[in-house]
Amino acid sequence: MTEHPSLLAVEGICKSFIGFKALDSVDFAVRPGEIHALLGENGAGKSTLIKVLTGVHQPDSGVIKIDGQPVSVRDTQHAQNLGIGTVYQEVNLLPDMSVADNLFIGRQPMRFGFVNRKLMEKSARELLTQYDLHLDVSSDLSRYSVAVQQLVAIARAVDMSGRVLILDEPTASLDRHETEILFAILRKLRSRGLGIVFITHFLDQVYEICDRVTVLRNGKLAGSALTTELPKIELVSLMLGRTLAVATHNTRRDRPAPEIRQFSFKGLGRSRSIAPFDLDIGEGEVVGMAGLLGSGRTETAKVLFGIDAADTGQIHIDGDPVLIRTPQDAVACGFGLCPEDRKSDGIIGDLSVRENICLALQAHRGWFNRLSTHEQTVLADKFVKAFDIRTTDIEKPVKFLSGGNQQKVILARWLATNPRLLILDEPTRGIDVGAHAEIIALIHQLCDDGMALLVISSEIDEIVAYSSRVVVLRDRAHRGEISGDDIVPANIMRMIAAEPERASA
Amino acid sequence: MSGPRVTALTKAMPQLLTLVLILFLNYLAFPGFFDIRLQDGRLFGSLIDVLNRGAPVIILAVGMTAVIASRGVDLSVGAVMAVSGAIAATMTVAGYPLPIVILATLGVGLLCGLWNGILVAYFDLQPIVATLILMVAGRGIAQLITEGSIVTFNEPGLIFFGTGSFAGVPMPILIALLLLIVAIAVVRRTALGLLIESIGINRSASNYAGLNSKLLLLVIYAFCGFCAALAGIIIAADIRGADANNAGLWLELDAILAVVVGGTSLFGGRFSILMSALGAVIIQAMNTGILLSGFPPEYNLILKALVIIVILLAQSFSSAGGWAFVKAEFGTKGRKSQ
Repeated sequence: MTEHPSLLAVEGICKSFIGFKALDSVDFAVRPGEIHALLGENGAGKSTLIKVLTGVHQPDSGVIKIDGQPVSVRDTQHAQNLGIGTVYQEVNLLPDMSVADNLFIGRQPMRFGFVNRKLMEKSARELLTQYDLHLDVSSDLSRYSVAVQQLVAIARAVDMSGRVLILDEPTASLDRHETEILFAILRKLRSRGLGIVFITHFLDQVYEICDRVTVLRNGKLAGSALTTELPKIELVSLMLGRTLAVATHNTRRDRPAPEIRQFSFKGLGRSRSIAPFDLDIGEGEVVGMAGLLGSGRTETAKVLFGIDAADTGQIHIDGDPVLIRTPQDAVACGFGLCPEDRKSDGIIGDLSVRENICLALQAHRGWFNRLSTHEQTVLADKFVKAFDIRTTDIEKPVKFLSGGNQQKVILARWLATNPRLLILDEPTRGIDVGAHAEIIALIHQLCDDGMALLVISSEIDEIVAYSSRVVVLRDRAHRGEISGDDIVPANIMRMIAAEPERASA
Repeated sequence: MSGPRVTALTKAMPQLLTLVLILFLNYLAFPGFFDIRLQDGRLFGSLIDVLNRGAPVIILAVGMTAVIASRGVDLSVGAVMAVSGAIAATMTVAGYPLPIVILATLGVGLLCGLWNGILVAYFDLQPIVATLILMVAGRGIAQLITEGSIVTFNEPGLIFFGTGSFAGVPMPILIALLLLIVAIAVVRRTALGLLIESIGINRSASNYAGLNSKLLLLVIYAFCGFCAALAGIIIAADIRGADANNAGLWLELDAILAVVVGGTSLFGGRFSILMSALGAVIIQAMNTGILLSGFPPEYNLILKALVIIVILLAQSFSSAGGWAFVKAEFGTKGRKSQ
């Protein structure tokens, strides 16, 4: 690599948090004039790596080199001085201050001890002209769209640091057109010799703009290659940690397809969230939902359950049209949802195991039809026993339970309502192996008992094992469905990686 | 709820000890403090006085407890007291019959609460900001109703609510007691207690569980407004007039304080209406004690602050998980070493 001296490089970086290795001897290098994609599923170590690069965390071991010289990045300020600028997903600007203020805050041109606004606004205009942005620099930043704010943040970061630019999911909240504008500017910066680190979940964008890609998985380097030399299917297998060559030895159970599909969703969608989709689910079948993070899986679940009301489409249950605008509507239709983010959307931490289990049933029964304490205890005892929920007693606050046991509590909460359709969003994420197997077994059992299930998961093997059909999502749209013997990991991954239908500009 | 009574009592220990201590200090300062006598069919004495004067804050604290448990706060209750006092006084002067006056006043309190509830639940304003609006505007509205003057009245029916008594017990105490019993019964005999705690601890997760948190918040704030109107009637009846500028002034802070002293966290969640009432009694016992002892009333606020610091420190260790934390820590260590 001597012909391409790295602008910024890390070698053998390790970083542990209490009992948990976030980064395990990771190598990563950005060359001048390159856009380098950094990929990985949640918890792969991307953000930890960025935090090490920008001085938020100090590495336990390993070196950071700038122009081949080892440096130790003390803090974010120091990182900026070394030429490393970062733009986070949540734009960290001051919306109620002017564009010029935002560009120059902390380093305003001064005259006689006061900010020289005239000079500052002039410099701001000059700076933004480089980006073909013609804004009123004296008006509040909040007047402009998120996309423009993002560009202002980039302009500021480049102006201050100017060598390496780290972008953390910059396109997450941008539409297609805004993304194009952003990409045009990134290409321009690349030609100026900047090294750009681009974190994203959108694989198409990786191939559209990035020169090189590095994949992290479980804190380790999974691979790094030029995008032109890495087919998409191989990229997907790097991210998911499977190779197509590996034989599948899952215990797939074939179930007869149900004669009628009681739950029918037609053209359901919500703008900026999930493109309209059709979905039919019958009692006694498990529909798996596969796709990378940000592909629209959780968005689908939220629309189905009325957390985010759909703005198009119809729902029919047993042939009758129904309207689902709120979770209460969904529960009344016999739906249940175990959300992806257990901590913020699932458990009520300070309430006891008993109260958490009874909550959905109680909410459904109404305010004045209280489950007596005795009924609650019986219900909670039943589920604690049935699911082997490890807790000293049912009065313990649920926040003291382990992740797997919390997940079981939330499952119990919904099963207590006797749902007809249960939606599970990443039911096995972040739980230990034992609980993992129990939850898979439970999915099988519920399905055998005649429940309709929709299960979202990043674990392809898992989806293959329990799904009667698999829906594959990509770029916030349902892209296809696989059923029967075609449900093998290779097919699912091929579909996740498939080229987009529309030709990109 | 049905949990062992012993824990409830242990949890209440800091407050109970504080109350006993304050009552004892009051006794030292004024030996006749515990004397109670019956005169003209009504109980008199310093202890009765503490409860009687404390009744408006007890009533406010009942509503405030529900609001704070939902992770909110209602700064407007003092102003709503002024508005309802103004309504009661002007309507009485205008000659409306008593039942109409009472119903209208309580209705207005309910409307004020609904307004707050709509801002908080449906427009997602932060409770402190949302209720600040009515806190400021409410006094203005009260002044408009009374046309800037203190409206006095001599309607014995209305005055009875402030100074009358039933079976020897002064009306304010009776009203506060009745409200306490009804509120505690409703909250614990229905699912409301659990659901309020649930949205206070984690509103997002409560929504996912199918709970209609918006409607529940609306009801909570409306109830708080209702309580404020009730307290407003008592205060107006007590002074036989409506003073838009001073009725209920700063009482929202006393109500919040009573709830916090009672052990409900400002971060929402677990609550006890009875403990909030105890908190209100502690605050009033301090006020009365300082007056009786002949200390300059200026000391009142400073002493209040001191007592509150002591109670809160005691709580932050015991109820907010001090012992539970220690136990959990040693518990896990023990398990790990196995």
